[in-house]
Amino acid sequence: MTAFTINGRTVDVSAAPNTPLLWVIRDELKLTGTKFGCGVAQCGACTLHVDGEPVRACVFPLAGAEGRSITTIEGLSEDGSHPVQQAWVELDVPQCGYCQSGQIMSASALLARNPSPSDAEIDEAMRGNLCRCGTYLRIRAAIQRASEA
Amino acid sequence: MRTLTELSPASAKARADQQGRNKGDGPLARETSDIARQGAPGTTRAHESAVKHVTGRAAYIDDLQAPADALHVALGLSPVAHGRLTRLDLEKVKSAPGVVDVITIVDVPGHTDIGPVFPGDPIFADDEISYVGQCLFAVAAESHQAARRAVTLASVEIDERPASLDPVAAAEREEFVRPTHVQQSGDWQAALSGAAHVIESEQFVGGQEHFYLEGQACLVQPTEDEGVIVHTSNQHPSETQKLVAEVLDIPFHAVTVEMRRMGGGFGGKETQASPWACIAAIIARRTGRTTRVRLPRAEDMRATGKRHPFHNRYQLGFDAQGVLQGGDITVIGDCGYSPDLSEAIVDRAMFHADNAYSLGSARVTGHRAKTHTASNTAFRGFGGPQGMMIIEAAMDDIARRLGQDPLTIRKRNLYRAGRDVTHYGQPVEQLGLLHDLIAQLEQSSDYWARREAVVAHNARNPIIKKGLALTPVKFGISFTAKHLNQAGALLHVYTDGSVMINHGGTEMGQGLHTKVCQVVARELGLDLEQVRISATRTDKVPNTSPTAASSGADLNGQAARDACLTLKARLFDFAAEHFGADRGGLDREGMRLEAGALIAGSGEAERRIPWGELVQAAYLSRISLSEKGFYSTPLIHYDRETAKGRPFYYYAFGAAVAEVSVDTLSGEYLVDRVDILHDVGDSLNPAIDIGQVEGGFIQGMGWLTSEELKWNDAGRLVSDGPATYKIPAFGDLPPVFNVELMQGHPNSQASIYRSKAVGEPPFMLGMAVWSALRDALSSLVDYREAPRLDTPATPERVLMAAEALRQRTLASQEAHHAPA
Repeated sequence: MTAFTINGRTVDVSAAPNTPLLWVIRDELKLTGTKFGCGVAQCGACTLHVDGEPVRACVFPLAGAEGRSITTIEGLSEDGSHPVQQAWVELDVPQCGYCQSGQIMSASALLARNPSPSDAEIDEAMRGNLCRCGTYLRIRAAIQRASEA
Repeated sequence: MRTLTELSPASAKARADQQGRNKGDGPLARETSDIARQGAPGTTRAHESAVKHVTGRAAYIDDLQAPADALHVALGLSPVAHGRLTRLDLEKVKSAPGVVDVITIVDVPGHTDIGPVFPGDPIFADDEISYVGQCLFAVAAESHQAARRAVTLASVEIDERPASLDPVAAAEREEFVRPTHVQQSGDWQAALSGAAHVIESEQFVGGQEHFYLEGQACLVQPTEDEGVIVHTSNQHPSETQKLVAEVLDIPFHAVTVEMRRMGGGFGGKETQASPWACIAAIIARRTGRTTRVRLPRAEDMRATGKRHPFHNRYQLGFDAQGVLQGGDITVIGDCGYSPDLSEAIVDRAMFHADNAYSLGSARVTGHRAKTHTASNTAFRGFGGPQGMMIIEAAMDDIARRLGQDPLTIRKRNLYRAGRDVTHYGQPVEQLGLLHDLIAQLEQSSDYWARREAVVAHNARNPIIKKGLALTPVKFGISFTAKHLNQAGALLHVYTDGSVMINHGGTEMGQGLHTKVCQVVARELGLDLEQVRISATRTDKVPNTSPTAASSGADLNGQAARDACLTLKARLFDFAAEHFGADRGGLDREGMRLEAGALIAGSGEAERRIPWGELVQAAYLSRISLSEKGFYSTPLIHYDRETAKGRPFYYYAFGAAVAEVSVDTLSGEYLVDRVDILHDVGDSLNPAIDIGQVEGGFIQGMGWLTSEELKWNDAGRLVSDGPATYKIPAFGDLPPVFNVELMQGHPNSQASIYRSKAVGEPPFMLGMAVWSALRDALSSLVDYREAPRLDTPATPERVLMAAEALRQRTLASQEAHHAPA
């Protein structure tokens, strides 16, 4: 059994220790806001926080979660009121929306460690999060907007 | 009191309830016109799913909860490109742990060919193997892992044969998936022989992987009769309904396809979402269990088709001013192993071989080459971008031949009065818009001052060369398959005044549902919050067209409006008699729905009936509050025999200026600045439209620069994941990126509120980056030559082009200095 907290709740999971965390949270804990994109940590759609750090859940083994605190998009705020989420809506960022929970988790982790990042720092922190709709400009603007909140 | 069925209209309480509702509690309280106008077309409103997108609550296919006994499917794919299947032994697969069912072509109850338009796509290979990644069999198991492990136990023997992977060679051997088509205007040979200058060249334009972030996925539930409900990430629910019914050998009405949203489509889910739904449906019917398919990324990339790679050639004659007199253009689309949509895709390449320029007297020939790869398919632009690339290459080439700036040559060749009919006979309308747009962008981007700066920079810097280019876009809007230009909608008004709209289009991030809700809100004079849209379903609006060809809002917006207009007329007729009957009724003339009320008369005689009161009174008087709408695009026709007609209802225009810096010793480059001016007529929603322009440009730039598809000699795709296939990322954004919508030019045709389609046209703005790269390279030879630059113009290709120019320069210098 692997015990950890997710969005403030303590859980005990019986899946094999090498199971990618993504499938544990999607299939067992039924938290589907975190998406599968590529399975090889190259697209960022599955980004969540482990002790506040952005992590690609598709390659992060369940064993690595033992005793740690996981936050997914569902736990970022109770009601979509996190400044990053609000900025995303205000600036009409999402198109298809599929990559956006990963984008938001990367962006919120960035702002937690660097409250007012430059464009170059945003590009560096976000370069592992792909968006096929090409919403990058608005993501960058929304991170700037959230940093002013 | 939520239902009115037990409510006596005469009762004082009922009257009070209605008025209370209308005045204060609930959505109908918002009676100010300011609020109502926020939802109207022409205003920026957030995507209808915006809050769900940012909280993780927007459900995609794999997020739908299924029963605990749902089955998971894995596919057995061909490892070779061409051959005969001599043995397929699945005994070990069937006996593997967790496996519930294994199917091959012999297990298909109905049709085995699922070609969407023309036959040629077997659901599973029979004996002929046509590409690496072709589906041989499917395994259904209790878990995804069990299914994937079982697949590897298959014993497959294939008598391998040489694969045909070169579309040019295939075209020479006349190996086509569909017949060649030719368009011709005037005497092209006379134009060539009479021209002051003739040049010819060729190019390779690479394909493109869709890389929708949500891969191909579906979830199929068996129903209590012989049918299924199919949840699928899919641009064409009606076609999937048809194909699922045909493979199951059941009537269409036994299959319901539901589609709420896609995590990206871009054309890759127009035809190529159906095979997985068909396979899952067969398993669901055989087992009686809900069945899921979710393709792993690498399998998705191998098994599904891509944007067609093209080989293009031109021979064009022009006068001393660089104005085209005519000539000959040939485009060869690499279609892969089957027709799929290639007939129409190569047609669209031909329809766009002129881009925004009059070709003069020209012949345009399109071949559909058959090769042993996945069947290439729709992708934003649908062949149009590949066709435009040949004439944009020619514009640069003509400019270098004559020593002119490429922008000067492009402007001289734009469609203009007297030269305003395309090579397929359609007059180009809104020429003033096209010329104004180029002129405005030329000025706002400061093109000529920057040209001087670029030339001065290049004179000072031998290694880092700057390039600048302005390229236009003219893109034809309508399906070229005429019958697809129709749409339906279903409108319901409920007794609390809330409105439900459903239509045949699908939402893939382009904001279609938001725009359609805006149309309904405007027609009914309501706040956007009172209009809700539901998932696209084949049992609500039948026989729909794919959401493709940029036509979603044009067609479905009109169908929704049609439903509103019919319902409105009925409500007006009712209101004219029902209200104020004691004073001779209301004035039917000039009656309107506005700001949450029906308004009749004007001035002192004005009467306002709140929407809720109107709806409830109509219901109590047994007036239907539901309506269907329909639309078919007028004017369009195309005769394949004569290759003439008006295939497009209208054209959308745009232009982009790109500036690049190229390290000519490494081939690496940066896009420094991009300026875009794009025509959407009167925008339905500027925020959504600008988002489409930005995203389309970035995707087009990726197609022409970093996105390289690679197959090995055996026909296996080796760029099969994000590690080897590079779509644009954060670091690829130009530091200066100015995007504006053209103002003051409503659509000249009666499109929905005079707007224009926006999904595809901005994609081709990316050509400016490619042309700017050629411009930078051209500076290596003092702008005397435009080097051939195939696409994607990766740093390797840019470096090779630079080296070739340097070698030729050295050779000519040596020849020049050689002793006599």
